[in-house]
Amino acid sequence: MPLKIDIVTAERAVLSDEVDLVLAPGVEGQLGILPHHTPLMTMLAPGEIVLRKGGDDTYLAISGGFLEVRPDRVVVLADTAERAEEIDLARAEEARQRAGDRLASREAGMDLLKSEAALRRALARLHVAQRRRRPEKPISRD
Amino acid sequence: MPNTRLIKRRIRSVQSIGKVTKAMEMVAASRMKRAQERALAARPYDEKIRQVIANLSAAIPPSQEGAIHPLLEVRPVQRVQMLLITTDRGLCGALNSNIIRVASNFIMEQEVPVSAVAVGRKGRDFCKRCGQQVLAEFTDMGDRPGLLDIAPIAKVVTEDYASGKTDRVYLIYPQFVSTVTQNPVVRQLLPVEPTEFPAGQNVEYIFEPNASYVLGQLLPRFVEMQVYRAILETIASEQSARMVAMRNATDSAKDLFKELTLVFNKARQEAITNELLDMIGTKIALE
Repeated sequence: MPLKIDIVTAERAVLSDEVDLVLAPGVEGQLGILPHHTPLMTMLAPGEIVLRKGGDDTYLAISGGFLEVRPDRVVVLADTAERAEEIDLARAEEARQRAGDRLASREAGMDLLKSEAALRRALARLHVAQRRRRPEKPISRD
Repeated sequence: MPNTRLIKRRIRSVQSIGKVTKAMEMVAASRMKRAQERALAARPYDEKIRQVIANLSAAIPPSQEGAIHPLLEVRPVQRVQMLLITTDRGLCGALNSNIIRVASNFIMEQEVPVSAVAVGRKGRDFCKRCGQQVLAEFTDMGDRPGLLDIAPIAKVVTEDYASGKTDRVYLIYPQFVSTVTQNPVVRQLLPVEPTEFPAGQNVEYIFEPNASYVLGQLLPRFVEMQVYRAILETIASEQSARMVAMRNATDSAKDLFKELTLVFNKARQEAITNELLDMIGTKIALE
């Protein structure tokens, strides 16, 4: 039985598909969801969502959100979500630089948590963007 | 005899007004299309978040709801807040006056004090004109606000509610029905009442990290989403109303142009006839 997945953000419906496996970055750790998963409701950390359908993997970068799992369907309410091919690599790199610099500068009035979150989001996008370049690389979790 | 030069001047001004309204109509038409698409694009998220909240609250016993999150807490109504969403600019037909009429009826119907948060210049001006207390105002949202631009609005409202400064919050905005119809609506924004949502299945969920934390994160998002949708609909309504208003104006300009041209031609003919009469008269007198 395939798993129905909907990924939506406030601005648009990003993706709706039937897949075999969903990998998602939960706040409590990486989640792998197969059909007949027990009902689950969790927050998502910035990171990468992988959808496996047949032998093909689809990658999306999300910057946090919510995940609802029912036995036959998965709903991702993402703050933002981009497919690998939509990400502008140069801009993602720039954003990572900026976030890194800000974090390193430790200047007054800097919100440490916010800067860290920005850096994490930028890293997630870069990570997913690079998937597009070498699709043959197996999924590794780090 | 009407002065031909004056008529000519009027024709020219009517024509140039017609050109301006035609241009505005076309600008509004293209913006309307995009605004409508955006308003529609926001729907799936809204539907999904409703389902999720319905499912969540079904999983939590109703007696605990108030304790679980302040935004769910239903209190006796002693103060009401309205979030009035209007447009920044005019020239969009009766859109703003309709919404403001609904708002003023709303204020008068309330038996308790009403405070206002205004989004859009027209609504703010209305509140100021009639001495309504305005807690916060947001203008210049632009044509395509993102969820991030909306967040401060939702924050003001939710904070006031959570801290007990108000016991009920209503959203008043022009709902976008179609290009020719926009309905002013009054909708309750807070407290969130998940029982109003389509019934969720009663499923036993595992929550990570835990139920009240997830709900606590979801509810503010939900409120933001409601405000976001209302603002998107307002923008779609604004552009539609402006397009229709400007089309009417262009049509009127065309009619007026025709009428004036007729008057002008009559005047011209009359002038020629009179000149001819003068010449013939003079000739007869000379003979």
